[in-house]
Amino acid sequence: MVITGPFSAGKTSFIGSVSEIDVVRTERRITNAAERVKETTTVAMDFGRITVDDDLVLYLFGTPGQRRFDFMWEILSEGMLGFVVLVDSTKPETFREAKRILETFQSYASTPFVVAANKQDHEDAWSPDDLRIILRLDPAVKILPCVSLQKDSVKNVLLELLYSILEHLDKEEA
Amino acid sequence: MALKGNLRDFTTTQLFNLIHLAKKTGTLTVTGGQTAHIIFRSGKLVYAETSVQHGRLTQILLSAGKLTSDQSRLIDEKLKGRTDKQLGHRLIQAKLVTQNDIIQSIRQHMLDIVYKLFTWVEGSFQFDNSLQSAETKIMIPIDLEVVIMEGSRRLQESELLMEELPNLEASLRFVDRPDARLRNINLTVEEWRIISYVNPKNTIKKIAEANKLSDFQVRRTVYGMLQAGIVELIPPVGGANGEKPKENIPTQRRIQPPKQSTQERRGVVNRLIDRIRKL
Ligand SMILES: Nc1nc2c(ncn2[C@@H]2O[C@H](COP(=O)(O)OP(=O)(O)OP(=O)(O)O)[C@@H](O)[C@H]2O)c(=O)[nH]1
Ligand SMILES: [Mg+2]
Repeated sequence: MVITGPFSAGKTSFIGSVSEIDVVRTERRITNAAERVKETTTVAMDFGRITVDDDLVLYLFGTPGQRRFDFMWEILSEGMLGFVVLVDSTKPETFREAKRILETFQSYASTPFVVAANKQDHEDAWSPDDLRIILRLDPAVKILPCVSLQKDSVKNVLLELLYSILEHLDKEEA
Repeated sequence: MALKGNLRDFTTTQLFNLIHLAKKTGTLTVTGGQTAHIIFRSGKLVYAETSVQHGRLTQILLSAGKLTSDQSRLIDEKLKGRTDKQLGHRLIQAKLVTQNDIIQSIRQHMLDIVYKLFTWVEGSFQFDNSLQSAETKIMIPIDLEVVIMEGSRRLQESELLMEELPNLEASLRFVDRPDARLRNINLTVEEWRIISYVNPKNTIKKIAEANKLSDFQVRRTVYGMLQAGIVELIPPVGGANGEKPKENIPTQRRIQPPKQSTQERRGVVNRLIDRIRKL
């Protein structure tokens, strides 16, 4: 599964909440002053793991948050089961970017995905319903409230994505 | 829920569209060079004022030429402290103006303000669910669909239009939404021409050629229709949302469905679901 979204949306935290291994972080200190809203950013991809049994392992890949790593999305989108687009609900200035990422991924593959309206614990968070309109999401696309720092919340998003994948399989069969 | 941001990141069009679709009730405050207060009820525009064009009824009627400046000054003096609603009744009783004069003047005043708002490129905004001074003001409901169409029409920003509608190879179709009402909308001649060509088979480029419209004109008109929710985009074959098809991606690099039967894949997904539930 691929966890994507704009800069600082909470991708690394999301993977960290459920991965059984410490997230293999590829973070660097931020040198560009404009982007220094936090200390580090993911520059390659995050990597987390959930083992089911000997022959089944779920890998979670987090995309780097900054634009200049566009080319990686294409590589990541190969062979993925589904993806989660994380949106920082408290940062309207990133919504356009979120929409762009969503479209980029969709153009590479007709893979099931869900949108997670992250940081819902924050008082400035836009509601999932408002985000749906702003991102012009199709009614069939799920947009879920999310707090990346909370395991149960992340579990819920992953489960909803898996349910969407099942529905997708049903449709393919029909 | 907070609805805060800056017009740098969100256009007025997008905001109004959100308010319209979510049928919101509340007050939008935008602070740029001036401050604007816009009130909405169930997704309709009902009141507008700015720090420069405030909403006092006598002022509005004066600007609309329905009262002379002497009349308006006198009324303001005599009926000081009255609400606009009370004032309106008195003016109609005194046969100084008609009810229709009042409605039309207020409508014009509101539209003037909101259309200007479409041209603001900067300004922090906040929407809260309270209805400020709703009891005393005269509120005239105006359909936002119409406002959005006209506002976008006035929005001369080709840059934004380029970003919103990069590829004219996309085509259009009518939105299949029960409340999309073509009948109540005043379309310009340009829009009618485009409407008559809306068909998944016609690219926007073709529609422009057929109507002798420039790329900018067609973008502007189509953008307005998209924002008002009348039509929607169908991306061109091979690319999403109007991006040029990426020729440099060899087809075998596109996603390959795993070579498993649907049954097997479903089994894998169900095992993942069981596992994650137990986390
Ligand atoms: N309040 C709140 N803060 C969060 C949440 N999720 C993440 N954060 C915070 O948001 C900041 C960014 O989170 P990251 O997980 O680093 O985001 P990222 O998407 O990996 O960022 P990049 O890799 O730089 O693009 C951190 O300070 C997190 O602690 C959330 O649900 N609620
Ligand atoms: Mg990260």
